[in-house]
Amino acid sequence: MAEVPKLLAVMGDEDTVTGFLLAGAGHRDARSANYLIVDGKTKTSAIVDKFKELTSRDDVGILLINQNVAEEIREVLNLYDQMYPTILEIPSKDHPYSAEKDYIMKRVMHMLGK
Amino acid sequence: MSAQVPPTRMNQQVFKGKKKAADGGFKLLKKKADALKVRFRDYAKSIAETKQHMSTDAANAFFSLTQAEYAAGNFKQKLAEGAMTARVRVGAGVDNVAGVKLPVFTKYETGVAADNQSLGLVGGGKKIANVRVRFMDFLDMLIKLASLQTSFVTLDEALKVTNRRVNALENVTIPKIQGVLDYIARELDELEREDFTRLKMVQGMKAKQMAEEEARAEVDAANMAANKAGDATAAFDAEDDEDVVF
Repeated sequence: MAEVPKLLAVMGDEDTVTGFLLAGAGHRDARSANYLIVDGKTKTSAIVDKFKELTSRDDVGILLINQNVAEEIREVLNLYDQMYPTILEIPSKDHPYSAEKDYIMKRVMHMLGK
Repeated sequence: MSAQVPPTRMNQQVFKGKKKAADGGFKLLKKKADALKVRFRDYAKSIAETKQHMSTDAANAFFSLTQAEYAAGNFKQKLAEGAMTARVRVGAGVDNVAGVKLPVFTKYETGVAADNQSLGLVGGGKKIANVRVRFMDFLDMLIKLASLQTSFVTLDEALKVTNRRVNALENVTIPKIQGVLDYIARELDELEREDFTRLKMVQGMKAKQMAEEEARAEVDAANMAANKAGDATAAFDAEDDEDVVF
């Protein structure tokens, strides 16, 4: 079962995206880029659109998203139930990581709390 | 509900067999559910720990970026321009754990040449290279975390399905089979009792018959004796005399 390895998509602030582009995760082709730089001027609808676009592509395996960006589209994230791509919430330079807000951590804590 | 099963001994055997099979299956499924639960808990713990580490890795990565900016100025913009092909991808593999297929990610380097070699030529090249390293470490950890997360979610589903089957067996299938067994046992008992009662009745009737016959025989004998006493000619009845043999 030889499958083409999947991409790592990134949605976050300029620093985050830059870092991952340097690491080699960036990919841009005729269709679109596998990343979105989100700053103060980015509209929530644009974020939601890009999120939907990236998660409907079948060549994206992991989606990295700054937690503060995730907060902006929290309702959409709460409804997300696909296996691929996996959504990983990561901290940004200015916003440290908070486990309470992370959608996957909620399930983890729920499980451990049992 | 459904048509009643004929209460025969053969069916009793058949359903005893079914109960045994269901009980066995129930035990196995319960074991599987317990094994999955243990794994599930382990994954939950791993995720919690790893996410904590991730915070540290992230902080380091971002710090190196700040340092690089200091040294090389604003290189971010140059980065986002130009063609871009992913040098790093993730392979979506499958791992079999406790009988469940869990998805795992492995880092895959495409071997595409690094396109932004020219970035740090003016200054701060080493710092930029450092950012690369830090973010690649960060990425490695994130890939591991992604595997943990998808496995976690898959295990969650598998656990739910197994628990549902265990509950179905325990609360529906096994009681149903037990119900049929009880019904058959009751019916067989009832049939036996009927037979027994009939037998008893017949015996009773036979006993009564015999008792009546005996009573009649006694009455006859008593009559005979009574007759003998009253009848003059009875003395000449030949019953008691020995036979004369010439």
